[in-house]
Amino acid sequence: MSFIDIRNLKKSFGTNTVVHDFSLSIEKGEFVSFLGPSGCGKTTILRMIAGFELASSGSITIGGKDVTYLPPAKRNVGMVFQAYALFPNLTVAENIGFGLKIAGASQSDINTRVSEMLDMIKLPHLKDRYPYQMSGGQQQRVALARAIAVRPQVLLLDEPLSALDAKIRVSLREEIRALQRQLGITTVFVTHDQEEALSISDRIVVMYEGRANQVGAPFEIYNNPKTRFVASFVGTLNIFEAKITDRARGAVSIDGQTVVTSRDLGDLGNGDTATVALRPEAVRLGTPVEGRNSLAGTIGEVAFLGAVIRIEVKLGESVVSLDIFNDPGLHLPKIGDQATVVFKPEDVLVIDPT
Amino acid sequence: MKQNRIGHWIAIILGSLYFVVPLIGTFEFSLRKLRGVYSFEAYRVVLGDPAFQASFLYSVGLACLTIIIGLLLIVPTAYWVQLRLKRLQPFVEFVTLLPLVVPAIVLVFGYLRLYNSSSWLPLTATARGTDILLTFGYVTLALPYMYRSVETGLKSIDVRTLTEAAESLGAGPATILVRIILPNIRSAILSGAFLTFAIVIGEFTFASLLNRPAFGPYLQLIGANRAYEPAALTIMSFAITWACMGIIQVVSRNRAAMRK
Repeated sequence: MSFIDIRNLKKSFGTNTVVHDFSLSIEKGEFVSFLGPSGCGKTTILRMIAGFELASSGSITIGGKDVTYLPPAKRNVGMVFQAYALFPNLTVAENIGFGLKIAGASQSDINTRVSEMLDMIKLPHLKDRYPYQMSGGQQQRVALARAIAVRPQVLLLDEPLSALDAKIRVSLREEIRALQRQLGITTVFVTHDQEEALSISDRIVVMYEGRANQVGAPFEIYNNPKTRFVASFVGTLNIFEAKITDRARGAVSIDGQTVVTSRDLGDLGNGDTATVALRPEAVRLGTPVEGRNSLAGTIGEVAFLGAVIRIEVKLGESVVSLDIFNDPGLHLPKIGDQATVVFKPEDVLVIDPT
Repeated sequence: MKQNRIGHWIAIILGSLYFVVPLIGTFEFSLRKLRGVYSFEAYRVVLGDPAFQASFLYSVGLACLTIIIGLLLIVPTAYWVQLRLKRLQPFVEFVTLLPLVVPAIVLVFGYLRLYNSSSWLPLTATARGTDILLTFGYVTLALPYMYRSVETGLKSIDVRTLTEAAESLGAGPATILVRIILPNIRSAILSGAFLTFAIVIGEFTFASLLNRPAFGPYLQLIGANRAYEPAALTIMSFAITWACMGIIQVVSRNRAAMRK
């Protein structure tokens, strides 16, 4: 049996249902991210695991114990909030020791654990500071230490990096992942940032309109998106409506040009419309090669993005974007130039049109 | 631009004169009790008057009681409204504003009808009962000020997230209120407390109609029968009010500095 078992969870606010029949099993020590746009229900599920919201129906068990209607204080679940939520009237050490004090630990045990936590987050010199005397990144580290200090059975992270600037965000997410691996704590992380989710998760649950659209490892989610929503939300994707011309060969027509996919076309037959997609990094500019797909068009846009250059090639009605790594010796095409894009049949993804 | 600034200064000076000149006049008059010399004789007489001491201490006691009851009633209510009953906020605000709309004299007549010696709860039948009635009357009078102060304090912190953070660490509602919420709205509570203190110290209508020996009726009595002592009392009342306001400012500033 899994460590966290969520079964047929539903949450409604009045007539508005924000989580529909959601089920998920999370193994002990796993790092699972809920990824999705605002309003998709990811935070609501996290809050139901924490006990801040009560499920309209369904159940949540943690470590074999049904916690669906247990108050938050009795769940032994650590929570880190987007807004840090450090107690402004308490010092860093008092914040970290708060949960232990509530649990009735002795002062010497509290001091020992607080020191351990401060060493863990590499802020032992700030133990006497108040939250307002620290940066956002430092405050969030303290919030993390405070949540972990009570040795919770589950760690819940509600967009903990969203309020931080870009560099701190990257370094703190790496720290969170390293700590989670070191402690082996089961973690549920909520984010709307796909890069964050892809970089630190064991599994990602892509949420859309209160449902799990796809659950899988980051590699799986990125490379084999099952639905149009997942494909467009995780990474950048070129999506085309293509007509199947030869199902046996996997041939489809995009703007009158034939492309072959090695992916399963499902129940679709010749003449049906399939939704196919291409990652920009899977497409190259070049000349037609035997065994690869090629599409002819004209250069529509060349955008310098730093490490990569994104080029848009117009194919009649459709546009295909492709990424190439920046190189100072590179000769970039000009807008209006004739161009051919080349890609492998296995890179032509077939996705559910929803 | 310059002309505009001169206009501002003129307005400030005129405004200040409007408030300060009568005070200076009152103060100057309060010093004239002894013929031909300025002295604090009127103050000495007032401070030495046993009735002054008794009425002042009586009002201070009632003010403290009013503050305690008010806080016990308002802090949990405002906290709960902020946390769980946001949609009731307009209604609660309306209720807390009622004492400003309904005149004190109407309230006290209502109390007398409800709690007179021949009613089902004859609070006015005994002095202690009337004191209780007066205290609850003061709690009602101070409600708009106390509620607003506490509410402003609660709005300045993220009540919901702090509560949830404490809950996730195992804290119950009482612990959260005492250890997390109260310390973070301390300056707001003190503001409400000092405003309540100032209101109770000078209150006349309730104390007079309930026939209790409070400071307000004492002020009125002295004013009707003496010449210089009322002026001294006026200055002393202003000093008490200003002291309360000064303390509010100091506490608020310290708190604001801490938040930065």
